[in-house]
Amino acid sequence: MDVAAFAHRIQFALTVMFHYLFPILTMGLGFFIALLSTLEIWKNDPRYGAAARFWARIFAINFAIGVVTGIPLEFEFGTNWSRFSAYGGGVFGQALPLEGVYAFFLESGFLGLFLFGRGKVSHGVHWLAAMGVAVGSLLSGYFIVATNAWMQHPVGYAVDANGAIHLTSFWQVMLNPFAGWQYLHTINGALLTAAYAIGAAGAYYLLSGRHTDFARLSVRLAVIAGLILSLTQAFPTGDMNSRNVTDYQPLKLAAMEGLLRTRPDAPLAIIGMPDPGDDKLIDPVYVPGLLSFLAYGNTRASVSGLDAYPKDLWPPVELTYYAYHTMVGLGTLFVAQMALGLFLLWRRKLERARWFLWTLMLAIPFPYIANEAGWTATEVGRQPWLVYGLLKTSAGTSPTVASGETIFTTIGFAGIYALLALLFAFLVGRVIVQGPDETKAQEKGAPGAGRELVS
Amino acid sequence: MTLNAIWFWVLGGMLIAYSVLDGYDLGVGAIYLWAAKGDEERRTALNAIGPVWNGNEVWLLAAGGMLVVSFPKVYASGFSGFYLALMLVLWFLILRGVSIEFRSKLESPLWRSLFDAGFWLGSFALALLLGVALGNVLRGLPVGADGTFAGSFALTLNPYALLTGLLSLATLAWHGANYLRVKTEGALQERARGWAARLYFVVLILVIAATLMTFRVSPTVSANYHEYPEAWAFPLVALLGLTWGFRARQAGRERWAFRGSIVTIIGLLGAAAMTVYPNLLYSTVNPDYSLTIYNSASSEHALRAALLANVVGMIGVIIYTTYVHRTFSGKVHIGDHGY
Repeated sequence: MDVAAFAHRIQFALTVMFHYLFPILTMGLGFFIALLSTLEIWKNDPRYGAAARFWARIFAINFAIGVVTGIPLEFEFGTNWSRFSAYGGGVFGQALPLEGVYAFFLESGFLGLFLFGRGKVSHGVHWLAAMGVAVGSLLSGYFIVATNAWMQHPVGYAVDANGAIHLTSFWQVMLNPFAGWQYLHTINGALLTAAYAIGAAGAYYLLSGRHTDFARLSVRLAVIAGLILSLTQAFPTGDMNSRNVTDYQPLKLAAMEGLLRTRPDAPLAIIGMPDPGDDKLIDPVYVPGLLSFLAYGNTRASVSGLDAYPKDLWPPVELTYYAYHTMVGLGTLFVAQMALGLFLLWRRKLERARWFLWTLMLAIPFPYIANEAGWTATEVGRQPWLVYGLLKTSAGTSPTVASGETIFTTIGFAGIYALLALLFAFLVGRVIVQGPDETKAQEKGAPGAGRELVS
Repeated sequence: MTLNAIWFWVLGGMLIAYSVLDGYDLGVGAIYLWAAKGDEERRTALNAIGPVWNGNEVWLLAAGGMLVVSFPKVYASGFSGFYLALMLVLWFLILRGVSIEFRSKLESPLWRSLFDAGFWLGSFALALLLGVALGNVLRGLPVGADGTFAGSFALTLNPYALLTGLLSLATLAWHGANYLRVKTEGALQERARGWAARLYFVVLILVIAATLMTFRVSPTVSANYHEYPEAWAFPLVALLGLTWGFRARQAGRERWAFRGSIVTIIGLLGAAAMTVYPNLLYSTVNPDYSLTIYNSASSEHALRAALLANVVGMIGVIIYTTYVHRTFSGKVHIGDHGY
C-alpha cells in the first residue's frame, strides 16, 4: 500500500478510535440515566434522582468531547476519502445526514433541556428529556453502524455501464442484513461499558467508605445489568454477528479465527500465534470442531481458510486475529467476573467482598479495550477493501492531498487529543472525587436541586 | 423546479439556518472578551448560548451529511481541495466546543481566562473562515477536468475571500451582539448595544464593498441576476434587514435589532446562492469543468429518497428546536444551573 493511503488510514484510525471512547459511554449511559430517572419517579425515591444527576455530569463531559471529536470524522469522508465519497455518496450517504436529522438534534436538544431545564420545565418534561437523550444516543449509533455495514456488505445499489453505482433501494441500505446484529452487538458493548463504569464508581466509593448509599445501589445495578449484558454480548449478538461474517466475509472470518487452511471439522483456536508465512498457528490451544459448529451449527462442516483466497485479498492477518481474540477473551472474562459478582450479591456478601470490589474498580479500562478491539477486527479485517468487493481502500483516497499534509495533521490531532485526554481525565476525576450530591437528594424537586450539575 | 434545484435550495436553506442559529453564538464568542467584562458577565454570556449552541452546530453536521448524499462529487472535491484549511476549521471547532463546556467547571481565574481566550479565538476564527470559504466558492476555483482542485493557502487567502471573511466576521459579531441585547440586562446589555451599533456601520460598509467586488470578481453574478430577475429579492431582503438594524440601534428595541440581523443574514446568503446557481463549484480553468447541481448529483432515485427522509426528519427538528428555544427564552439569570 502506498504512503498516501497508509497515512489516510492512520489518520482515520487515530481520530475514529479516540472519538469512539466517548460515545461508547454516552450510548450506554444515556439508557441508564433514563432508567434511573424512571425509577426516581416510579419508586418516588430521591436516591435514584441523585444517581441520575451524578451520571448526567459524567455524561455531559463525555458528550462534549464526543461531539468535538466526532465532527472530524464526518469531514474526513471528504477530506481524506474523496474518491470513496464521490463513488458511493449517493448510496452509503443516505444514512449520514439522518444521523444528524433524527438523532443528534434529539440528543443535543434534549441534553440541554435535561441539564439546564430543572425548574424551568415540569418533572414529566424533564423525564421526557432524559428519554430523548437516551433514544437520540441509541439512534445515532444505528445510522453510523448502517453506514459501516454498507462498507462491509454493500446492498441496495446497481452498477451502470461506466462502473458508477446508483441507489436502487433506500430501505435495503437502511435495513442492511449486516447492520442489525452489528448494531445490537455494538450497543450491547456500550451498555456493558456503562454498567462497568457504574460498577467501578460504586466499588471505589465502597472501598473508600464514602457515599455508601449511592455506592450500594451502583454495584448492585452493575452486577445485575453486567451479567445480563455480558451474556447477550456473546449470545445472541456476537454469535449472530459472526454468522453474518461467515456468510458475507468468509475471508475475514478465517483471519479472525486464525484458520489458515480450509478444513472440515474446523477447531476453534483459543490461543496461539498466527504465522501466515508458514500457514499455521504457533503454540495453539484448540477446541476440536467448535469453529465449524459456531459457523454452521455442525461440527463436521467445512470452513474456508485463508488458503482458499488469493493472497493479495488477505487482510493483515495478525492484527485481525489478535484484535478479535482480545475482544473474545475479554468478553469471556466479563461473564466470569459479573457472574461472580451476582453470586456474591445473592450470598449478600457483595458489599463486603473488598477483593471483588477491587477487581470491579480496576476492570474499567477493559470494556473499552474490548470495544476498540472488536472494531479493529471489523475494520482491519475488511482490508484491502474499503467497500467489500467493490472498492479497494487505496482507490478511495483523496488524490489532491499530499501524504505530508496528512502526516502533519495526524501529528496535530495526536497532540490535541492527548490534551483532550488529560482534560477529560482531570474533569471526570474531579466529579468522581466530589461524588454524588446526596444532600440535594433530600429536598427532591426543590428548584435548584442538582445546582452544581455543570457549574 | 427539478429535483436537483430543490436540493440546491434545501442545502442553501440548511446553511442559512445554520448561519442564523450558530451565527449568533459564534458572534457572541467573537466579541466575548470585549463585550463581557468580569466573571459574572462572562458566565451570563455563556449561559445565553449554553443550552442551544450544540444543537445549533448540528445544522452544520446535518448540512454536511446532506451534501454527501445529494452532491457527492462536490463534497468530495471541496473537502479534499480545502484539506488543510478544513483541518484548521476542525481544530478551532474542537477548541471552541471544549472551551464553552469546560470553562466554568473550575473556580480558578487562570483556568477560566484560558478557556475564555479559547472560546473567543475559536469563534472569531470560525466566523472569519466560514466567510473565506464562501468567498472562494463565489469566486470560482481551479477545478480540473477530473473535478478536483488543490486549494493551497496562497490560493484560498485571496483579497476577495478575505473581504467576504471580514464581512462574515462583522455580520456574525453584530448578530451575536444583538442576541446578547435580547438575552441580557444591565451593563452587559448596554455594552452589547454599543458593539451592535458600531458593528452595524462596519457591516454596512463591508456589504457595499463586497457587493461591488462580487460584480468585479464573480464570473457568474451578472448573467445570473440578468437571467433570474427574481433573484433581486434577496438583496432587497438584506436591505430590509439592514434598515431594521439601523432603526433598532437605540436601547429598548432589542427584538427588532435581532430580527434585523437575522433577515440581513438570510438576504446576504440567499443573494450569494443566486450568484453561483446552478453551479456549486465554478471552474476558473474551464467553465465546462464546473461542478453543477446536475453533473455532480446522485441519481434521481437517491435524491428523491434522501429528500423524503430528510424533510420528514427536519419537520420534527424544527418543532423541537422551537420548543427548546422557547423554554430558554427570556433574560438569562446565572445562579441556577449552567455554565
